[in-house]
Amino acid sequence: MAAYVVQRLGAAMVIMVAMSVLVFLATHALPSNAAALILGQYSTPETQAALEHRLGFDLPLPVQYWRWASHMLQGDMGQSFEMERPVAPILWDALGRSAILAVCSMIVVSTAGLALGVVAAVWRGRWPDHAASIFTYFGVSLPEFYWGLVLILIFGSTLHLLPSSGYANLAEGLGPFIAHLVLPVSTLTLTLLAHVTRLTRSSMMEALDSVYVKVARARGLPERLVILRHALRNALIPSITVLAQDFGFLIGGIVAVETVFAYPGLGRMLVGSLARQDLPMMQAAILVLTGVYCVANLTADLLYGVVNPRIRYGGSIG
Amino acid sequence: MAIRRRRRLPLSLVVGGALVLALVAISALAQWIAPYPYDQMHIRDRFLPPNLTYLAGTDEYGRDVFSRLLIGSQLSLALGGTATLISMGIGVPLGMLAGYRRGATDELIMRTLDVMLAFPPIMLVLLILAVTPPSLLKTAIAIGVLAVAPIARVTRSVTLDLMSGEFMEAARARGERLRYMLMRELLPNIWPVLIVEASLRVVFAVLLGAVLSFLGFGVQPPAADWGLMISNGRAFVDTAPWISLAPGIAMSVTVIAISLVGDGLREVLDPRIGGR
Repeated sequence: MAAYVVQRLGAAMVIMVAMSVLVFLATHALPSNAAALILGQYSTPETQAALEHRLGFDLPLPVQYWRWASHMLQGDMGQSFEMERPVAPILWDALGRSAILAVCSMIVVSTAGLALGVVAAVWRGRWPDHAASIFTYFGVSLPEFYWGLVLILIFGSTLHLLPSSGYANLAEGLGPFIAHLVLPVSTLTLTLLAHVTRLTRSSMMEALDSVYVKVARARGLPERLVILRHALRNALIPSITVLAQDFGFLIGGIVAVETVFAYPGLGRMLVGSLARQDLPMMQAAILVLTGVYCVANLTADLLYGVVNPRIRYGGSIG
Repeated sequence: MAIRRRRRLPLSLVVGGALVLALVAISALAQWIAPYPYDQMHIRDRFLPPNLTYLAGTDEYGRDVFSRLLIGSQLSLALGGTATLISMGIGVPLGMLAGYRRGATDELIMRTLDVMLAFPPIMLVLLILAVTPPSLLKTAIAIGVLAVAPIARVTRSVTLDLMSGEFMEAARARGERLRYMLMRELLPNIWPVLIVEASLRVVFAVLLGAVLSFLGFGVQPPAADWGLMISNGRAFVDTAPWISLAPGIAMSVTVIAISLVGDGLREVLDPRIGGR
């Protein structure tokens, strides 16, 4: 197991370094002139050159990369061009708010997905199964941002039940805090639910057909106990690993959902900085999101190794 | 053979296939079916709800939403098709080669693809699209490259299964060349699996393309792209919801139709999961 962990950790490090090089090169290929962007349209070429020199943009690329990467590692993400403030505190705040969204969505997706999957498997071929399958079919047939709009239209502007955009601090009270989360979390849940539900359904069906479930039934155990204690426990393993993988999709979904609901998280910050070509901000946002993704993948891999011992002896997984 | 019954096609394949054919026909004939040019503005008829003149209403410039939907179907299908062709064009040969050659070639190809899979997908696409001026083709390439790794993996695993087949041994005994082995022996046996995979990829590309235009990194205005139309209608969702809702409905019909075809094909090609 130790060798396996070391190998996965090493792979994650390589990915992070590769992504940092890629981000650095890509942002340096940007058509915009950073100095002109900072100084405004009335700046002269001389002042632009002076600023470029001060920012170190006239140094050779490898030197620039080294300086940038070592600053990043020390937690110094530079100054935002647009806000003229250090990026790091803004970014960590935004990451925290995105994390709230992500954790809430994962909790809802896992409980609702498992419940729907079990219901569909137990009543297979009958209306609960069909209802669950139609529901998940529609969920994945449209992108997150569209569901976001539909929910805003129904619960925000028509029923006036929930706020349709923004974020409320916990300091403003628990009620507003939760109210602002309901619609974004529901949107993310709707698109992620299908994966978990389908997988739980099929592994549950397999478990319900197995010998140990037949034995449990033959022993005269109540059906509820058979389903929850015998079948579900065994069906849970693939569902857990798929949930960890779904976390990656969640990051992509969060970018769109935060934009729809004007939720001040990392995804919206990334989109904004890309649109305004705010180099330090976009570099930091992409790197941090990649880091989160790598950690999620790593967790999924390790979790898989824990629940499925066979994988550990294979050396490499492919 | 006399008592051979004709296997019934699954309902999902029939319904999905009919819908997909209809969609392709509509988008091919969009220019002629559309009641108005997609960018014609009727300044006096802005924000009209759906009615007999404007079947899906009009938007903030008085453009006919229905005509824009029809033209938009061309963009969506073109994007989905092009992206999928690109990812299949790169992924299938790589997967076949890895599965056929095995050893060092296999390791090299699959490890490179592992690295690609390890990047958060949307980041790569956003990065590519944000640093260069947007165009439909570039969006298609970005989305297509993203799907190379999963397609290569599927192709490789099917190839590995086929390698032990007698027809492969026979061909090798005849001393056929690599090109012949891959194109004439392997490919015809792989394609059923690939078609199912392709249907998944088209759906993925259409949805991701919509997200990208929604975020402002895909197709640019005034194009009648569905994602873009939804995004533009966002400001008027309280007063004129049809501007956003109509393209969403069109997109969901497209996506569901293609998914149904994929599911139906899987049932036909893989009898094991037929009963589901």
